[in-house]
Amino acid sequence: MKGITLDYFIRRLGVFVLTVWIAATLIYIIPRVAPGDPIAAMVSRMSQQAGYIENSDKIIEGWRKRFGLDDPWYVQYGRYLRNLVTFDFGYSLATFPTTVREIVVRAMPWTIGLLSISTALFFVIGNLLGALLAWKKTPAFVKVLIPASMVFTSVPSLLAGLMLLYFFAFQLDWFPSLGAYGRGITPGWNWPFIKSAIWHSILPAASIVVVTFGYWTLGMRGMMITVEGEDYMTLAQAKGLRPFYTLYRYMIRNAILPQITALALTLGTLVGGQVLVEYIFSYQGMGNAIFTAIRNQDYPVIQGTSYILILTTALAVFIMDMLYPLIDPRISHEGS
Amino acid sequence: MSSQANETTQKDWSKAKSVLKVRDLRIHYDTPKGAVIAVAGISFNLYEGETLGLVGESGCGKSTTAYGILQLIQPPGHIVGGEIQLDDRNLMGLSEREFRRLRWTKLALIPQGAMNSLNPTMKVHQQIADVITTHEGRQPKEKMRKRILELFKTVGLPARIYDMYPHELSGGMKQRVCIAMGIALNPSVVIADESTSALDVVVQRVVAQTLLKVKEMLGVAMIMIGHDMGLMAQMVDRIAVMYAGKIVEIASVQSLFKEPMHPYSQVLIESIPSLKEKKPLKITEGITHDPRNPPPGCIFQLRCPFVMEKCKTQEPPLRELKPRQEVACHLYEVSETGEVKNVAASA
Amino acid sequence: MATVSAAPKRKVSRFNRFDNPWLNPYLLTGVVLILIILLGALIGRVAWDSNLALVGSSPLKQPPVGFSHTTLRGTSVGTWEHPLGTDGDGRDMLAVMIVGAPRTLAIGFIAAAAGMAIGILLGFMAGFMGGRVDDIIRIASDTTITIPSILVLIVIQSVIPVNLIGMALLISAFAWPGPTRLIRGQVLSMRESGYVKMARISGASTFDIMFREMMPNLIPYLAASFIGNMQGSILAAIGLEVLGLGPQRVPTLGKSIYWSVQLSGLSQGLWWWWGFPALILVVIFVGLLLINLGLDEVSNPRLRRKVE
Ligand SMILES: Nc1ncnc2c1ncn2[C@@H]1O[C@H](COP(=O)(O)OP(=O)(O)OP(=O)(O)O)[C@@H](O)[C@H]1O
Ligand SMILES: [Mg+2]
Repeated sequence: MKGITLDYFIRRLGVFVLTVWIAATLIYIIPRVAPGDPIAAMVSRMSQQAGYIENSDKIIEGWRKRFGLDDPWYVQYGRYLRNLVTFDFGYSLATFPTTVREIVVRAMPWTIGLLSISTALFFVIGNLLGALLAWKKTPAFVKVLIPASMVFTSVPSLLAGLMLLYFFAFQLDWFPSLGAYGRGITPGWNWPFIKSAIWHSILPAASIVVVTFGYWTLGMRGMMITVEGEDYMTLAQAKGLRPFYTLYRYMIRNAILPQITALALTLGTLVGGQVLVEYIFSYQGMGNAIFTAIRNQDYPVIQGTSYILILTTALAVFIMDMLYPLIDPRISHEGS
Repeated sequence: MSSQANETTQKDWSKAKSVLKVRDLRIHYDTPKGAVIAVAGISFNLYEGETLGLVGESGCGKSTTAYGILQLIQPPGHIVGGEIQLDDRNLMGLSEREFRRLRWTKLALIPQGAMNSLNPTMKVHQQIADVITTHEGRQPKEKMRKRILELFKTVGLPARIYDMYPHELSGGMKQRVCIAMGIALNPSVVIADESTSALDVVVQRVVAQTLLKVKEMLGVAMIMIGHDMGLMAQMVDRIAVMYAGKIVEIASVQSLFKEPMHPYSQVLIESIPSLKEKKPLKITEGITHDPRNPPPGCIFQLRCPFVMEKCKTQEPPLRELKPRQEVACHLYEVSETGEVKNVAASA
Repeated sequence: MATVSAAPKRKVSRFNRFDNPWLNPYLLTGVVLILIILLGALIGRVAWDSNLALVGSSPLKQPPVGFSHTTLRGTSVGTWEHPLGTDGDGRDMLAVMIVGAPRTLAIGFIAAAAGMAIGILLGFMAGFMGGRVDDIIRIASDTTITIPSILVLIVIQSVIPVNLIGMALLISAFAWPGPTRLIRGQVLSMRESGYVKMARISGASTFDIMFREMMPNLIPYLAASFIGNMQGSILAAIGLEVLGLGPQRVPTLGKSIYWSVQLSGLSQGLWWWWGFPALILVVIFVGLLLINLGLDEVSNPRLRRKVE
């Protein structure tokens, strides 16, 4: 097995750092160059709000230090970057003295869990159906059923979530309408909790999977048709290999590679969709934390949770980049 | 010419048994403006142990013929009619499943685009192993390894490429992997579609020699497709000259080079200055017809320097004018005594 | 022996696909769907009072015509005065649709157009200048494409209040990598193909030739990229609105959904409150998807193979 070259590793690591840095800097710069000095306005608004809280002096003092609006811009920016690197986002305004870090630690597992389950589902289902759609030996009735199952493709998962919530939770009452697990159940490794968590995750996961897999079906079909035209497919046929073996070892194996690259590129969009679905279902992940913070104008939480999600997404892309050479033998030779 | 080539051509092919018989094969490609007649009724025999060269300018239907025999024609192409017999077994009537069993065990292909003919995500040895396992069943790992390394040796590949991926090989190596794969199951017929033309001249020669060596070792019958008349002269026993989907002349290498009879064959031979200096086929002057709508009569009439009235109405049949030299041309008349007369020359 | 024909019977209809590729059924259906939304909004502007989209202009929580809604306080029946019903704040839903739908399309259009303009500029720059410029542009587009844009937009918009144009322009900051990569790739392959050298010999300027030769081939790809960006931009805008961000006072489709979720329109069974905005959005998204599927087939004839 050819390993990952050092050059490749450094390149991808660079892209990872750069992605996070660009996002963090956009977040930092745009409000500061916007007319009307929105940051100063926000700090004074936060200070006012905090005035009603106990120990408000301490909080306001903390912000003054955190934002340090009187310092030169590079000192402010440097401090901002340092806080990001050390995961120091300060206190939540609405739920003082909870720190942003605590909120993130509480919400993150739910988001990662739900997102990985739904991603695995739509990726497997989508590509499998796409492969079947393009394969010559697929029974005709299956080829009719597959496009029919794709009617919801392109509907935003947020809207799918609304509809599923309305029909299956409120009208039919088959599934719970909010939360990640039932009230009064203590989280832990016990069966009632696990059962409840799975039960609560079905509708949110479904609203992502149902609208997403169709894209992958279409993409996979296109890739399969491309692969079908390759010379090695002609040779595979000439070799008299079994059709099923040819399907998975020659066609799917090669057609899936661009799909995996595409998955890494769409991860950002997926995370965005997930945030909204969590909000619709009041699922206590990062999306819901972000929404609560928006409603409370809790800027530290908005910033901290968003940043962590951006970082996680970039990290996931980086991990996929590291794993990719394992499935595409050509890649570690790429541009050195 | 090599001594071996001479030796093989000394054999009397009329006594040899034919492995593959092609009769009136017709293949069309559907296009919006009508069907392209890529193969317009081709008939020939391939004898045991012989190498038959298939030459003709680009687009005349050589690959289509080969893929038609292997039933690999992809839409919009389709076989319109004809008959193909392998060892006296009619291939056209076989079901897909039956034909799949015959593939590679009887009919192997060394493809034209060897550069992309290997699966990029499989190691070289796996791609040879899979065809062996498919047709012969699972075998012990060590035995399989030995067998594949033996094949490598036959085609002159180093053992170190065993665990490599196609992108790690040179063009010549890939082509030799394809040759090794082609002979893995000892097929009765190997079809080599321009297995050398994508390579540079030096590598071309090496690969051609590999092919020759392998062929002689196994005594397999081979159809070799190519543009390069010089290379052909050294490698094949008989040559079939194709023009616009038809065979216009089929003869032993000696006869064809000594006295090409069809005007198109003459152009082809003339276009080689010397056998040593290889040049690609020269495209002859004149208008070609629309392959969707061939003129009645002779297929070569628009470019033929000796065209006659008869050529525009009657299609010349392929006739054996000399021993083992069949020609489809109205220029020649056979008298009752069996003498062949050139009509144009006597006029 | 009889000649065996291996040719299956072919239908003449197969050749329909060789007609003008732009008359693709997907493409046409998609365009018609989007046009219906636009036309409906245009007619509505004239035929209906858009002021009814303001808070308190109408009675609360009236169901659409032909439906009734029962609560503890009694039953209300839909009337023609408010054919699509009214929401919990007394907005007429029909007026909200008429005002909101074009806004949604406009945000998508402006953001995608701005993204396309940036993308074409950067793509040509990268392809032509090569070297450092190319490296920077390529890396910037490769990284930007993986950023979850909505999160960046959330953080920014939670600080600065924006109007419709501002929102569209902010979104377009994430709509340029697609077209940039597309143009860059085309320019590079054109340069390699020796095409440009020939053009130079004949005395034409490189840029001129490439632009004129490339654009016709690129149009289906650029259009697809534009539509993809519209989908993404509308999605981002709706997402922000649904979370309560974006323009505050103007009624939009996303804001309607936001209010209906906030004021428990779902649990009260007031389906028309979120249902009609969702329906319009679904039509828009399906329309855009169909346009993109059609464009895919226009630029890649092999995909036109029918699903038998
Ligand atoms: N998919 C296709 N659709 C339409 N016509 C085709 C198709 N494939 C081949 N043809 C036509 O069939 C004819 C024969 O093609 P073929 O590939 O057999 O030529 P060839 O003799 O092998 O040429 P070359 O020496 O260049 O390999 C050509 O005229 C070509 O235009
Ligand atoms: Mg060919």
